[in-house]
Amino acid sequence: MSNLNDIYQEMILDHNKSPRNFKQMENPTQHLEGYNPLCGDKLTIYLCIKDDIIEDISFTGSGCAISKASASIMTDKLKGKTKLEAEAVFHAAHDMLTGKIKDKDDILKQGNLAALSGISQFPMRIKCATLAWHTLHAALNGAHQTISTE
Amino acid sequence: MKKIPQTPFDVNQIRRDFPILSKKINGKPLIYFDNAATTQKSEKVIDAVCQYYKYDNANIHRGVHTLSETATAIYEKTREKVKTFLNAKESDEIIYVRGTTEAINLVANSYGRQFLEEGDEIILSEMEHHSNIVPWQQLCDEKKLKLRVIPINDKGELLLDEFEKLICPRTKFISIVYISNSLGTINPIKQIIHKAHEHEIPVLVDGAQSTSHMMVDVQDLDCDFYTISGHKLYGPTGIGVLYGKKHLLEKMPPYQGGGDMIRSVSFKKTTYNVLPNKFEAGTPNIAGVVGLGAAVDYINTIGLDVIAHYEHDLFKYATNTLSNIDGLKIIGTAADKTAVISFLCGDIHPHDIGTILDHNGIAIRAGHHCTQPLMERLGLTATARVSLAFYNTKSEIDYFAESIPNLFRIFS
Repeated sequence: MSNLNDIYQEMILDHNKSPRNFKQMENPTQHLEGYNPLCGDKLTIYLCIKDDIIEDISFTGSGCAISKASASIMTDKLKGKTKLEAEAVFHAAHDMLTGKIKDKDDILKQGNLAALSGISQFPMRIKCATLAWHTLHAALNGAHQTISTE
Repeated sequence: MKKIPQTPFDVNQIRRDFPILSKKINGKPLIYFDNAATTQKSEKVIDAVCQYYKYDNANIHRGVHTLSETATAIYEKTREKVKTFLNAKESDEIIYVRGTTEAINLVANSYGRQFLEEGDEIILSEMEHHSNIVPWQQLCDEKKLKLRVIPINDKGELLLDEFEKLICPRTKFISIVYISNSLGTINPIKQIIHKAHEHEIPVLVDGAQSTSHMMVDVQDLDCDFYTISGHKLYGPTGIGVLYGKKHLLEKMPPYQGGGDMIRSVSFKKTTYNVLPNKFEAGTPNIAGVVGLGAAVDYINTIGLDVIAHYEHDLFKYATNTLSNIDGLKIIGTAADKTAVISFLCGDIHPHDIGTILDHNGIAIRAGHHCTQPLMERLGLTATARVSLAFYNTKSEIDYFAESIPNLFRIFS
């Protein structure tokens, strides 16, 4: 049986309550809107990338605790990373959220991302958590149009 | 017309008729509060569908063999049952469809394409389900028509004065929901129809939510079209009904072409069948019809008036209970309401409310309820929604209420 504490971990609740980098960026080099048509949640990811390094990253939008915390943890994790490193983090997060990383040690190696690992047990909520990551991934790959989880 | 119940309403007895209600979810007894999305099925309905597939399965209107005759008889007998249930004048006015969505699409495509012309206007309301918006928008795009929308007040009631102002010589159709799936508002449908008919405007009533909660008499309402989703009426999914006044259905072109809807086919010319077959192309959902018939029988043995009375009492109890929960806000406070309570808990997102309540075995709906324009009007992206049926109990509502403080604790 899935456990409520697996999904609403302390770190998730904390990032939901006080999301990091939760602001519109003045002069982003890229920004992209992500939309989950199933629930109507929308968020925008802002990036300031110079010489392939993510110098700044932020987000705005409305969503559930899972989508907000996931976006917040993501921005925390990616600030200062190169685009290539960010791509690797995206894949790690994606594998975590979709339950592909199962080994406990492998999960713990991911640092803060580990907080997202319990979400995979709640299939109806996975898209809440992946919204920010898919939006980021599309933005890094040069997308300009709103992306959708569906 | 409707049978008087033999015994007083006993909810515990009723609950034993629904096998799913004894199920445990996440180790807790299931509390099913998502009846506006779909209702549960009684053993009678499940058995009827099983019985049909096991012993009566054959195609209808085709074979001369005994099984086909039996299947055809059940299929047509159910049409009679639905006719009586809605108090339609004739059984030809009962068209089987997949559900309300298909019923509205049928009317938009058939009536709308045939009789509406460029510049004509269609009136809907701000609280419509997407299924009563999108088919009309598609028609508007195709035929260059205009959609006009009846606004609502903050309580979730239609502004009837505004409605009357929207009526003009170009108004050629009104399509409106009886009970809002998001707010529970019961719209003054009879009054709207009366006003529309003064201007000879036909009215479609979206009865997806209303049919299970109140007695509906299509002749008394004088609606031109009425739609039903079987699965919201304790019947199977994939079956529903379009009621239409015969003189309108007769002049409407077929919606889909295929078997059963024709009189004769040649490559030079095809002639169409009469009502109701004209609108029932292809092998229909016969098992669904069987299940729908069993659902109507089941409801009739209890009595829709008895159901409505019990549900309204339950609804009032739920509204009072929820109103007394600190931090919980009810969305939609129309004077005339039933069965549905949308709510918010502080700034906790409805999806989080849904997940946490599910952990207590409580199934609610969270989201925009396929009414995004309504959500936008209310300045919301989503609500949590409790929707009741006659197998729900006051103790379930109490348990629900006791679960809310934990929700606030988690997000404190």
